[in-house]
Amino acid sequence: MSYFSDIYNGIKTLLTGMSVTGGYFIRARKGSITQQYPDNRETLKMFDRFRGEVVMPHNENNEHYCTGCQACEIACPNGSIEIVWDRQVDPETGKKKKMIDKHIYHLGMCTMCSLCVEACPTDAIVWAQNYENSVYDRKYLTKVLNQPGSKVKAGIED
Amino acid sequence: MVEKEIENKMKTEEYFVNMGPQHPAAHGVLRLLLTIDGEIIKNVDPDLGYIHRSIEKMCERDSYQQIVHLTDRMDYLSSHINNEAVCLAVEKGLDIEVSDRVKVIRTIVSELTRLASHQLWWGVIGMDLGALTTYFYAFRDREYINDIFEETCGARLTMNYNIPGGLMFDIHPNFVNRVKEFLVHFKTKLPEYDRLLTGNVIFQKRTKGVGVLTKEDAISYGATGPVGRGSGFACDVRKTHPYSAYDRVEFKEALFTEGDSLARYKVRIMEMWESMSIIDQLIDNIPEGDIKTPTKAVIKLPKGEFYQRVEAARGELGVYINSTGTKNPYRVKFRSSGFSNLSVLNHITKGAKIADLVATMASFDFVIPDIDR
Repeated sequence: MSYFSDIYNGIKTLLTGMSVTGGYFIRARKGSITQQYPDNRETLKMFDRFRGEVVMPHNENNEHYCTGCQACEIACPNGSIEIVWDRQVDPETGKKKKMIDKHIYHLGMCTMCSLCVEACPTDAIVWAQNYENSVYDRKYLTKVLNQPGSKVKAGIED
Repeated sequence: MVEKEIENKMKTEEYFVNMGPQHPAAHGVLRLLLTIDGEIIKNVDPDLGYIHRSIEKMCERDSYQQIVHLTDRMDYLSSHINNEAVCLAVEKGLDIEVSDRVKVIRTIVSELTRLASHQLWWGVIGMDLGALTTYFYAFRDREYINDIFEETCGARLTMNYNIPGGLMFDIHPNFVNRVKEFLVHFKTKLPEYDRLLTGNVIFQKRTKGVGVLTKEDAISYGATGPVGRGSGFACDVRKTHPYSAYDRVEFKEALFTEGDSLARYKVRIMEMWESMSIIDQLIDNIPEGDIKTPTKAVIKLPKGEFYQRVEAARGELGVYINSTGTKNPYRVKFRSSGFSNLSVLNHITKGAKIADLVATMASFDFVIPDIDR
């Protein structure tokens, strides 16, 4: 007797499960979350807070906001940020001043923990929302964030 | 004479089979050295160390803010809960109280993490037992939570949203609406999970009475989380030692006494309902308040030992910090649930078939980086 009830129950539960999958078969597009990724590059927009890579924004006069305080370098847990700095003569005041020479960022070592961006007192580095970071050689993952010829915006240290 | 010859021909020998380190049913680089006689398992010997990254040692050179992001990489499916554990331990050492707003947000995000983790587990247990459809349904629903995390925390898996003293930044303005949308969506989908898999006759035959763990063994081996609760061991840290905002919400502890793989399955399904009810109670009245309690830029814990336990998605996570008063901890130890739960595996799969081992492992829900660290 239990033999037949087992068969009956088995078929019943299988049909119950298949009613779920069959329902999706009929209305396949409803509630779909799939993105046609490489084809939707133009329209795909990441969220504002998405951590793609660290960048240093420059204004139209090729000036950045980095004073070379090295807070990001200290905050970074895995040494992704290296700052090369020296004391240069400020052309306006004539005094020697600490200025960054290169703000080097190793994207390959970065764990996107956001501690550097939080530590920055002048908001000189921010997150960019780009999401395609793969390159053919890992030397391209070492980036210099400050543009050539750029200098710190006057008055940012005050 | 003939009988003896037949006996000689039928004589079987024990032999060894490596299951892993690369095995589709092991969810990571776990190597199980199986001693088997035919298809009967005689002994299971887990061999660890394939993904050991010495996180505990790395913590000794890092500052207390930097430790937090390493714990993302232990049990990556409950990364927010791991972060919370470290932050609570450091806050205990600094003797600071975070605002109600931080407590409530931490609780909501932790429960969302637990939901996402259990959703992934549900997809994977179906896949391990031969039903690929569950995987796609689970990942469809998990995508909603991932989007919530991406919008508020900035990352989908390794969030690093908690910092000692509060949260890195406030929740996104869309957060509340998105969470409510997700709850409405998932409350209609979770009964579908039951219809698709729980009642299924093949699933029932594969899990019922398989890998039975008694309550005494669960306690003596230190099995926690859904593994312990499936055996009737009431070990939910959220109930026994409430932290964050768990003392102000009503929820039932999921307890089943059978101790088999199906019981562990039912615990997790019930926990998903309870998590949704916890979020329901908190989401409408997130109190106003500071998002971080100011701490010094260089955190120095006083000399002493600090311990904090939280309920991660797979069981109890303990964070032990031994400080000598400098900016780095002297010793950090994580008590991960996966390691204790793994020690039960040999005990309960002896004498079972290999296919039952796969079903038992799926119901244990191992995350190997959590075991190895």
